[in-house]
Amino acid sequence: MKMNRTAGTICLAAALALGTAACKKKTPIAPPAAPIASGNTNAVDPNAGNLKPAILSFSVEPSSIERGQSATLRWSVSNANAVSIDNGIGEVQGTGTRRITPIESTTFRLTAAGPNGTISGSATVNVTAAAPTNSGLTPTGTFEQVVNSQLSDALFDYDGNTIRSDAQQALNKDADVLKKIFADFPNRSVVVEGHCDERGSAEYNLGLGDQRASSAKAYLVQLGVSGDRLKTVSYGKERPQCTEANDDCYQKNRRAHFSAGQ
Amino acid sequence: MVSGKVMRSLVLISFSVALAFGQGNLIQSVISKGGGKPNLAVTDFRGSGGAQPLMNAFNGTLYSDLETSGLFNMVSKSFYPLQNPQRPEELKPASGQGMALADWAGAPVNANWLAFGYNAAQGGQLVLYGYLYDTAQKTAESAQAIGKRYFGALDEGGARKVAHEFAADIIQKFGGGSLIGSHIYFVRETGRTKELWQMDYDGQNQKPLTHTGSLAIMPAVSPDGTKLAYTSFASGTPKLSLISTESGRALRFYNQEASLNATPSFSPDGNTLYYASSASGLSQIYAANLDGTNFRRISVSKAIQVEPKVNPKGGVIAFVAGPGHQQIYRMNMEGADMERLTNGEGEASNPAWSPDGRLLLFAWTRGYATGGFNIFLMDPATREYDQLTSNAGRNENPSWAPDGRHLVFTSNRTGSFQIYSMLADGSQLQRLTSAGVNRSPVWGK
Repeated sequence: MKMNRTAGTICLAAALALGTAACKKKTPIAPPAAPIASGNTNAVDPNAGNLKPAILSFSVEPSSIERGQSATLRWSVSNANAVSIDNGIGEVQGTGTRRITPIESTTFRLTAAGPNGTISGSATVNVTAAAPTNSGLTPTGTFEQVVNSQLSDALFDYDGNTIRSDAQQALNKDADVLKKIFADFPNRSVVVEGHCDERGSAEYNLGLGDQRASSAKAYLVQLGVSGDRLKTVSYGKERPQCTEANDDCYQKNRRAHFSAGQ
Repeated sequence: MVSGKVMRSLVLISFSVALAFGQGNLIQSVISKGGGKPNLAVTDFRGSGGAQPLMNAFNGTLYSDLETSGLFNMVSKSFYPLQNPQRPEELKPASGQGMALADWAGAPVNANWLAFGYNAAQGGQLVLYGYLYDTAQKTAESAQAIGKRYFGALDEGGARKVAHEFAADIIQKFGGGSLIGSHIYFVRETGRTKELWQMDYDGQNQKPLTHTGSLAIMPAVSPDGTKLAYTSFASGTPKLSLISTESGRALRFYNQEASLNATPSFSPDGNTLYYASSASGLSQIYAANLDGTNFRRISVSKAIQVEPKVNPKGGVIAFVAGPGHQQIYRMNMEGADMERLTNGEGEASNPAWSPDGRLLLFAWTRGYATGGFNIFLMDPATREYDQLTSNAGRNENPSWAPDGRHLVFTSNRTGSFQIYSMLADGSQLQRLTSAGVNRSPVWGK
């Protein structure tokens, strides 16, 4: 008989029997939140249904930079199955980021199309001329601008630091550019950054990024670039240049990248 | 072993975890101290006067601590009698309504132990009168295992405090350790910066410890809980940094010359820092004093090595290494006798020794796609292992609680990385954070 009573009935009955104030039921322990549906959450939404596409966010950060500096485009779109951004970005996933280095003020236009309509939005990055540095302006630009625009990334295989053939081609060109940069800017150094894609552990990727930066530097030194002027740093997977969970973005992140040093 | 399976099936009623790999018996002696679990009934404590509004917080905390200890079969409240005692004086030799111990010992309750009591507001304080009684005994004197007063502030924080303390006393009676006063340190990501934060072991009182404006990541806590060592990008390249957990002040550390100094951890006596450094040209394991002096190389290998963790009983260092896909290895304190512990499949990371030095928690992608990490528990002596999470996002950075039975880890199963605690058999999952992006937890005293 007692087995069929609920906790609430017992509680109420006890309260009535003992004449106490309304007795409080124990707050049930909340279960962990349900996991989200598996699959790529960054994919454009194939099940747009009756809903119109919506731009949840589209921004560039920072919105104002000096020529030669970089900014990050961020966007998130729902209910669309085709998303693209102009000014050289192209077709993208529904949610993502992209690092850009525009040389002049640019308004990026995002267009999202679904079965129930099309929507567009814009984000503007303001580019001002860099303040003159001690090295001065040369016909090719400031030190930062030259480093950010004239040196190409060297890409790596997963878990690897070997300089494969496409990386060799990039670094062969980079070697020539670096020699010129070091001649034009005798007091400056260049940083070789090692990066990884997001799948391994953050800790191991610090070690792997360091190995990639070292490999790229060793290759350049062997081509006659001054090792004293090349610093290395590993960012592991801490500073990705894109965040989509696909092979294309993973490969973009497995890189040695050049940035302006002191 | 049969009783082990029965115990585990009881524990897994609410949270089903597919233990598809490994033996599954590995942690039974750790979790349940051998033998069967006693049935525990816990009344809903009432509070008089100013204590009354705090009873939700009190009862929720008390029940949760006892349930997640994994030491008891919690009797469902739907079986409870109509009435319950609040003070020992109210107990009757016979009742039939719940005012006699026999009412709780017999069917349908079948409780071996009864926790009861009440709260009062006295002199501006919250006072808990807490009792634990053996329901099989005939007299109050022989039945009483705990009869104690606990004091706290007359607010929700005070209600949680006294509930934690009462639960800890009950848990310690059954062989569990206390978690009271322990803290969890973790990394909170906000935009482009990552800072170290701390919180109480129940997820309360979350607050920042560092304000580097850069990346402060991969913390380790000293055995006495007074210091954190971590990896900092504040100077431009990854370097080791230390702070006091009590004052938040930075402690001086001279990094050796290297492009990478990272992933530090403390020796069992707390006087030596083990870490990874690229001083030789490749990330290898080093040791140094707590101020960075007397640094010396421990291991020599051609593969990337990171995350050294010295066994609490000494003698062995676990670490993560290549070549190729990262795996868990061990070596002796001189860097010799290197041996791989994981079987070469997938990728493994984040080794963490249990406080008694016997077992190893780590993250592994075995059985899943690249990046699909789950928490595993291994006995390195036999290589037996259990998988503790499954089909629930990416799960990493496990860290043992001081009681050697619970652990904390990070998981993105809800879409963003949050910090969870659970028992080392994968049960009693509790979510500790919900705001922001939170990773790399470590549990300190």
